[in-house]
Amino acid sequence: MNPPLNPTPPLTMLDKIWNRHVIAEDGGELLLHVDRALIHEGASHAFIKLELEGRTVARPKQVFAFNDHYVPTSGRDQGLAGIANAEIRNMVIQLQTNAAKHGVTLFGMDDPRQGILHIVPPEQGITQPALLICGADSHTATHGAFGCLAFGIGASDMMHVMATQTLWQRRQQSMRITIEGEPGFGVSPKDIILAIIAHIGVDGGTGHIIEYAGSTFRNMSMEGRMTVCNMSIEAGARAGMIAPDEKTYAYLHDRPYAPKGAHWDAAMALWQTLPSDAGAVFNREVSLRAADIAPMVTWGTNPQQGAPITGVVPNPRDIQDPIVAQETASAIDYQALTPGMALSEIAIDKVFIGSCTNSRIEDLRAAAAVARLGKAMVPSWVVPGSQLVKRQAEQEGLDAVFKAAGFEWRDPGCSLCTAINGDQLQPGERCASTSNRNFKGRQGTGGRTHLVSPAMAAAAALKGRLTDVRALLKNA
Amino acid sequence: MHAFTTLSAVAAPIDEPNVDTNQLCPTRFNKVPRGPAYARILFHDQRFNADGSEKEHILNAEPFNRAQIIVADRNWGSGSSRESAVYALYEFGIRCVIAPSFADIHSNNCYKNGLLPVVLSESECEAIRKQLRESPGATIQVDLAAQTVIDAKGQTHRFEIHPVRKKCLLEGLDDIARTLQYREAFGAFEARYREERPWLYSAST
Ligand code: SF4
Repeated sequence: MNPPLNPTPPLTMLDKIWNRHVIAEDGGELLLHVDRALIHEGASHAFIKLELEGRTVARPKQVFAFNDHYVPTSGRDQGLAGIANAEIRNMVIQLQTNAAKHGVTLFGMDDPRQGILHIVPPEQGITQPALLICGADSHTATHGAFGCLAFGIGASDMMHVMATQTLWQRRQQSMRITIEGEPGFGVSPKDIILAIIAHIGVDGGTGHIIEYAGSTFRNMSMEGRMTVCNMSIEAGARAGMIAPDEKTYAYLHDRPYAPKGAHWDAAMALWQTLPSDAGAVFNREVSLRAADIAPMVTWGTNPQQGAPITGVVPNPRDIQDPIVAQETASAIDYQALTPGMALSEIAIDKVFIGSCTNSRIEDLRAAAAVARLGKAMVPSWVVPGSQLVKRQAEQEGLDAVFKAAGFEWRDPGCSLCTAINGDQLQPGERCASTSNRNFKGRQGTGGRTHLVSPAMAAAAALKGRLTDVRALLKNA
Repeated sequence: MHAFTTLSAVAAPIDEPNVDTNQLCPTRFNKVPRGPAYARILFHDQRFNADGSEKEHILNAEPFNRAQIIVADRNWGSGSSRESAVYALYEFGIRCVIAPSFADIHSNNCYKNGLLPVVLSESECEAIRKQLRESPGATIQVDLAAQTVIDAKGQTHRFEIHPVRKKCLLEGLDDIARTLQYREAFGAFEARYREERPWLYSAST
């Protein structure tokens, strides 16, 4: 057979999704149609701007609001009255007021589906392949796990999206990270993304959108894929994506907002055309081997400053680049560590299992499998990502496992990930956390964070220090 | 949005790479409505003790407390998408940040608020920071139309900027006015789109 006269060049999944959303072009910028906008209490700035300019929400049915950042994670039966701090309470109320006023769908504090804005939309089928999703939050990258283009934007851009259901963008560069093989025993998707970030750096993905490819991701659950895409932003990329496949479709089928009947078939026909064509060219390619990745912990104050748990705190004197050496020294100083000390010697004060990175059912199962091996030696919190996750975990008896091991079983929200609702570390407190950012003060002024997987966090709880979960599991 | 044309001002060197938006505006201040209060919020936890007294920080002392330009290191503004980080810079008086690289969302947020992010090479930024440390209070000139930075020693550095961004900043235009010119194209696009993907618009239950 002769090849077609004008063969279309092979396209990346990013190209395909991008091309389907272009309304117009002006001076190298594209006006894109936005399918869904996700907001939380922090979007108050966008609403204020919207109202100041006398504008309205153009497509309220395509905007979804979530009470998550400011909700308390205990005492929820008292409703709003349970929020002691008036400013925090006001943020929760403001979102509810704005949602009602502008006709936006709200997953409010008392909603049985309530949860974090990156956990609930997949559960509800709001997140689907081929979509362009903008969120007023950098971890909107999470949704790319379904084969859509999803990224965070600031308040001005969110105001623009709400007012017009569009956004001006320039095309970003594409980057493919390929990982092949089965991860080793005790190695989770969190360890894989932490290893990627340690490898390419916190600015390694700047200006790029990452597609994660290879058998490691194909064999990964949807939950795991979300964990990986979630932290694309910690590698500097605005978005991460993974080609949709049978797992994606099985996850979505019958979810409340997922297409039904003939619509499902039509949607599937479109979704199946999305994966990058063979021969598609990416601006940058990176490959790693799953077998080389070990359970990771961060020792420093950015997500790149991590190492396998078997490693040690680096010595700034061994680092050639003076700026990196200085940055390393400053991180070690803030974290109150000593160069050369084993990471497994770091004693912790607190454990946090939660956040949009690691608070889905699979994460809680992994943590519970470790928690059942002992008793927590330090205050340890489990904060499910949504009410659905919470109920599912309770049906499986995971809450009982956690409680028996001395962990606190709390209500869904962002909680100690960003310390904005009152849950926070005290100055000098050190936390093993399944969240995504170990920035200075992120979990409370003066707090110190070590990012780990759910299983590693549970292991740290049982030992009172960072520890290799593999040893615990092997001896079980 | 305020226009940005030229600026001649005191510049402050900040040597740390990867300065994240949590440092520019600690999370607990996100709820503060935009206004002058943000001047104090900039780098709050590095600049102030818990009791409100000042810590030693470059932006606290003369002449850098008058800085309108920051010369930084790579990956400025990483982390959270919070636009409040830009409000903090802006209310403090900063109108331009010069760095070897910016995190994408933050850079975008700067443009949307009339604050110019300028990318110069790592060695240029380092050299300028050195000048500023050696002669505190030295001024730097930024000319957006010419796309140049004149450093404290009078040397000219050229920078790149996307033409649309340049125009918007020079004229103080915000995006919505531009977008509304495409109302018809949007209508046509949306009608076709909805027909092709009816499932996106059917009610959930
Ligand atoms: S859990 Fe943390 S990272 Fe995720 S949306 Fe909430 S605050 Fe942001």
